[in-house]
Amino acid sequence: MIEASSLTVSIGHKLILSGVDFAARPGEVTAVVGPNGSGKSTLIKALSGDLPYGGSITLNGRELSSMRPAEAAALRAVLPQAASLSFPYTVREVVRLGILGGHSGTLPHQEQSLPERALARVDLAGFAGRYYQELSGGEQQRVQLARVLCQVWKPVLDGQPRYLLLDEPVSSLDIKHQLLVMRIARAFAEEGGGVVAVLHDLNLMAACADRAVVMKNGRAVAAGTPADVMRNGLLSDVFDCALKVGVVPQGATPFVLPQTAEE
Amino acid sequence: MLSARTILFRRLEAVPEGDRSARARLALLVLAAMLVVVASLSVATGASDASLTAVVKWWLGLVPEDTLSQRDRIVIQEIRLPRTALGILVGAALAVSGALMQGLFRNPLADPGIVGVSAGAGLGAIAVIVLGGTVLGPVVSLFGIYALPLAAFSGGLATTLLLYRVATRRGQTSIATMLLAGIALAALSGALSGILVYLADDRQLRDLTFWALGSLGGATWTKILAAGPVIALAFVATPLLARGLDALALGEASARHLGVPVQRLKAAAILSVAAATGASVAVSGGIGFIGIVVPHLLRLIIGPDHRFLLPASALLGASLLLLADSVSRTIVPPAELPIGIVTAVFGAPFFLWVLLRRRGILDL
Repeated sequence: MIEASSLTVSIGHKLILSGVDFAARPGEVTAVVGPNGSGKSTLIKALSGDLPYGGSITLNGRELSSMRPAEAAALRAVLPQAASLSFPYTVREVVRLGILGGHSGTLPHQEQSLPERALARVDLAGFAGRYYQELSGGEQQRVQLARVLCQVWKPVLDGQPRYLLLDEPVSSLDIKHQLLVMRIARAFAEEGGGVVAVLHDLNLMAACADRAVVMKNGRAVAAGTPADVMRNGLLSDVFDCALKVGVVPQGATPFVLPQTAEE
Repeated sequence: MLSARTILFRRLEAVPEGDRSARARLALLVLAAMLVVVASLSVATGASDASLTAVVKWWLGLVPEDTLSQRDRIVIQEIRLPRTALGILVGAALAVSGALMQGLFRNPLADPGIVGVSAGAGLGAIAVIVLGGTVLGPVVSLFGIYALPLAAFSGGLATTLLLYRVATRRGQTSIATMLLAGIALAALSGALSGILVYLADDRQLRDLTFWALGSLGGATWTKILAAGPVIALAFVATPLLARGLDALALGEASARHLGVPVQRLKAAAILSVAAATGASVAVSGGIGFIGIVVPHLLRLIIGPDHRFLLPASALLGASLLLLADSVSRTIVPPAELPIGIVTAVFGAPFFLWVLLRRRGILDL
């Protein structure tokens, strides 16, 4: 489990997160939602070990700040929002960096073909020989996802559940690949790993997440199942515009239409 | 029976698309062979007519002891061999420093020349040349012939450490601050060097001019013994840095997420660069463009994977510097052109060409 309690992060003199309690369990996709500037990305960065923090963050029970980079890398992989490369690496060379730490969990002879398998998984089979810089933004994002998947290919290793931390994983993807990425996240959770994903699309959250944490002004203002947080009052308050949650007739998945917003 | 050709092609077929490591291994072999050829030519070339075949036969004991004249033996052993050895050392050091620094700064234009390390090393050396008879007299009498290399190394290291202090805050090194601080430090070193040059007398000025443009001319076994171990230390560190530098291409945060101890990696890379640059500036002066052209060229051929880029840079840097030295020795006989002029004349246009061709993909 990834657990944060009374988490406080300041950048310069500005308090970005104040007293956030957060938990992401193995076997679940935990979505982080909230308006721009609410602290979602800062939360992911803190959970990734990128920022000094107050309070505590534990990864499978161990305090994050006491872990060496290699120890943390064996337990979690982080998908950045966007990554530009300074040198002309091929797609395969980028994906292969995921195996760097040697904790993919596959056997050595399988590791050879892991980049190809990961690329096929993100619908980029045949892209291995292309230059990363020549790809579109959405393709680059999926290459990065393939790299991240290689790092923690087996969701559970040596009895320890492992985690994917995804910062806006679908931000530059078309709808087919948005759904593909969310299916990959779901599969990772179903095999025993944990997923934390910052999402902007509330409907995607409602359809794919097991739990959601709602952020506003650097605090976690609500947490629960998607149905728990998809409430008119809560969403209207958090996003500062009047929204009405609906439910599709044939199912229980709640949705919200942007057209319902009132001026 | 399988011919070597069949085996080679089978292996190439098995290589997955986008995996350039087989090509890189082949390139390393070719570059190593090229260095052997170039080094042999370098030993055979010069104002004296001692030929390579005669020398090799004499070494192997195939011809009587007195085939080579006493003069030719001295030319080979005390002038050409140390010069070739120094060329290999310095060429490899310059190219590897460039590749390390570009990896560290995630910028294909970074070079010890750019962030002021060479300028700092140069200031140390110039101080010893100009003030050696007066203020720095005690230093020179204490260290003797080692005073110059030591001063250059100290200047390079001091610049690097200062740079690191300025650019590092709360354990995080900002690449942008480091580049900008490097430009400022290079300007400062340049200005202080300028003041020293103003103070220099005529004889010192000639020394300074030759040294500032770079030359392998004064190569001696003593110089190699002084600079060799320092440069070798930097080489020993590079295999340990290679994977970390590849990860660093994704950015510092992503490298750390992959398990790379980023701060330690950066410190080790900086020390290696300072050591290799300081030592080479001390023994050969300011030789430009090797550190920027060699890694560029290699990235086009074998890709940016540092496991192959770093050793390949060492091999190609050594070969190119020896070639440039052969040109500088033979183009205006019996005089000698400073090698820095040769590397700049060939290096600068080449570098511009690379920039124009690759600016799209490098996103400069």
